[in-house]
Amino acid sequence: MARNPQSMRSSLAVVRGLGSARSGTSEFWHQRLTGIALVPLTIAFVWIIVSMIGKDYNTMRRILANPLAAILLLLFILSGIHHMQIGMRVIIEDYIHREGAKIAALIANAFFAVLVGFVALFAVLKICFS
Amino acid sequence: MTDVKANGGTLLRARPLSPHLSVYRWTLTMAMSIAHRLTGAALYAGTLLLVWWLVALATDAGAYETFARFIGSILGRVILFGFTWALFHHMFGGIRHFVWDVGRGLDHPAREWITALSLVAGLALTILVWIIAFLIR
Ligand code: HEM
Repeated sequence: MARNPQSMRSSLAVVRGLGSARSGTSEFWHQRLTGIALVPLTIAFVWIIVSMIGKDYNTMRRILANPLAAILLLLFILSGIHHMQIGMRVIIEDYIHREGAKIAALIANAFFAVLVGFVALFAVLKICFS
Repeated sequence: MTDVKANGGTLLRARPLSPHLSVYRWTLTMAMSIAHRLTGAALYAGTLLLVWWLVALATDAGAYETFARFIGSILGRVILFGFTWALFHHMFGGIRHFVWDVGRGLDHPAREWITALSLVAGLALTILVWIIAFLIR
């Protein structure tokens, strides 16, 4: 931004309120990055589920224990929870304006995403290694 | 327009508020914008189903039987169908966002076109997957 050399406003006053100079687009960027990753991973996820239709319990486990299927599913879970946590944070910030309630919702969102993610990852790994 | 007192005691004119959403004629792009958010939130909740499925599979045949009975019920199938649709609808909506992000498809007929296309693609892929599912069952 061009500054008027005769301005008496301090540098800080000029940039204040304009947003971050460095990491402000990080969430936007991660949302896109995970979104892009999720396109092929979602197709793989649906493919894996469809391949299990009509199979019995042991066959299903064997399908999931296949390294390619397991890795694709693990990547789907990882990118999915990161993506959904950012997305839900945006939704919370859009609709909840009371400071306390907003912070509580943001904490619950972070805990939910991490919990769901780790339980799902653990379950897939257990199926693979037992 | 009313005048309001700011902190320092100076008089400021109250700023005009933007009109509420309800004054606009509904367009497909508006409805689909909300649908993208709603499907995103639905998928968020749907991860609980994913976790149930994986934990049941990792536990034992009995636990899996409980899950299978739920997902095979009418309610379970309706939820699973909704999940499939939300996933594909959101996926194509996301791809549409990526097209917009690189600055394409934003003019008047184009933005309606890709919005309609993403709606149809999401429905079509959902139905296709369910047809395949019923065929190989
Ligand atoms: C399948 C591939 C996916 C793609 C391409 C995708 C893409 C996107 C994009 C581009 C946005 C940002 C929209 C905006 O800026 O307005 C978004 C938002 C969101 N996504 Fe996804 N997504 C995918 C899958 C998922 C999944 C699996 C979940 C949940 C488990 C999810 C949950 C969300 C949520 C909660 C939002 C926030 C909605 C909003 O701000 O209105 N997405 N997605």
